[in-house]
Amino acid sequence: MNRVYAQGWAFWIGIALALLLMLMPLPAMIQPLKPYWPALVLIYWSLESTDRVSIGLAFCVGLAADLLNGALLGDQALRLAVMVFIALRFRSRLRFFPMWQQSLAVFLLLLNNHVLQTLIRAFAGDPAMPALSWLAPAVGAAIWPFVFLMLDDVNTRLRGKGARAS
Amino acid sequence: MALPQKESSPIFSDATAGTLRLIAYLALAAILMVLDHRNGWLHRARYFTAAAIVPIYKIAAAPADWVHDASTAFAQRSALIDENRQLRETLMLAEARLNRMGAVAHQNERLKQLLDTQHLLGMHAQLARLIDVQLGPTRDRVMLNVGADESVRVGQVVIDSHGVMGQIIETLPHASVAMLVVDPDHAIPVMLARNGLRGIAHGTGDPDQLVVPNLPLSSDIKPGDQWVTSGLGGRFPAGFPVGTITELRHGSSGMFLEALVKPAAELQRSGEVLLLRDQPDPVGPPAPAPEVGPPSSLAPTTAAQKPVRAQPAAPPATPPGDAP
Repeated sequence: MNRVYAQGWAFWIGIALALLLMLMPLPAMIQPLKPYWPALVLIYWSLESTDRVSIGLAFCVGLAADLLNGALLGDQALRLAVMVFIALRFRSRLRFFPMWQQSLAVFLLLLNNHVLQTLIRAFAGDPAMPALSWLAPAVGAAIWPFVFLMLDDVNTRLRGKGARAS
Repeated sequence: MALPQKESSPIFSDATAGTLRLIAYLALAAILMVLDHRNGWLHRARYFTAAAIVPIYKIAAAPADWVHDASTAFAQRSALIDENRQLRETLMLAEARLNRMGAVAHQNERLKQLLDTQHLLGMHAQLARLIDVQLGPTRDRVMLNVGADESVRVGQVVIDSHGVMGQIIETLPHASVAMLVVDPDHAIPVMLARNGLRGIAHGTGDPDQLVVPNLPLSSDIKPGDQWVTSGLGGRFPAGFPVGTITELRHGSSGMFLEALVKPAAELQRSGEVLLLRDQPDPVGPPAPAPEVGPPSSLAPTTAAQKPVRAQPAAPPATPPGDAP
């Protein structure tokens, strides 16, 4: 029971941190390269446990992100729902990939997400994003191993502690 | 991870159910986007959740503030001294100009009273700080720490000490969002400080560039010229610097010139900004800028350039006096 609670906390804190990181400004030069943090955290949790992340939850996180970001309401909700759907669908394969293949898969997921974003912005009549932002999925894939190892470490510790406590 | 869970997710189970659910959520998202695009629901939702949202922005902006504070704290002493001296000089210069302007403003006011028009020179402004968060994928919008409860209204003009930054497009109870002049959705009516040539400056999305399209090929214009707000349209008061021309090129049709402009305001760095209170709007278009008539050196110059222009105009008057 304890372990489930601890994991739940870790999950929500991770989501909150990802949303904060999304809002946080970077120096203007590397601004377009900023990885899409909420997506990375959601991918990790959809690989890690079956029952934690669902399409509906991704949708709600996306809505919260839209509300914070001030962009079109429903934009990120749609993109995150698609992303989590794909991640869950291929979950059993992705989990046992070696790290570099997993990174590649994350790159493809993020690239797909970027294409969707470009399409949605085009439909909404918003101006196109800077060309440099097409590198953001690559940056996301490059830091994926670190994100994965860090979240995994936190997760393992919590599980160990929870198991001892219960 | 625990092995037993693997059984509950074989590769192709629940496929149809999952797909159906995805389609349902996609439809929901599409409906939301269309409604939001049409009705601006997001704004209302943000207004009502602002009590929760604004602290989140403050938290997100905190690290950037710390970095800024730290860089101030660890800045080289000599750099600080230099900066201080520079600021002092600028202040003195500004004060000198202001004093000269004061006399002109006074005279202007008297003349205007004589003419029985509204006096537009009294400028009410409100100081605001930027909350350093990133809204949307590009940085063409900024968040300010004053909002509807501090009587900020949509449409107010945001300036810094160097020029026009943008205008308020959305207010929350204790914060507001301003669109910068470089936003591709933004346009501002401008005129050339030197000779009153009018144009409209559009944002490009590049934080260092505005563009003024559709200028006549024959117009008297060169790189280095300064654009100021023209006051047409009644949204921006006239005479605030907007930017300097960096490059002139032919537009895509070849029939007109296009001026690339570097914004005057320090859009990347401004920490504190001024919000202008809505000006008493002049009814109808303001008086036309002096475009025709005697050469521009003899013509009365525009308000913003007066102190600068008055200087070069003075020396030619004295040498003839000295010569005899």
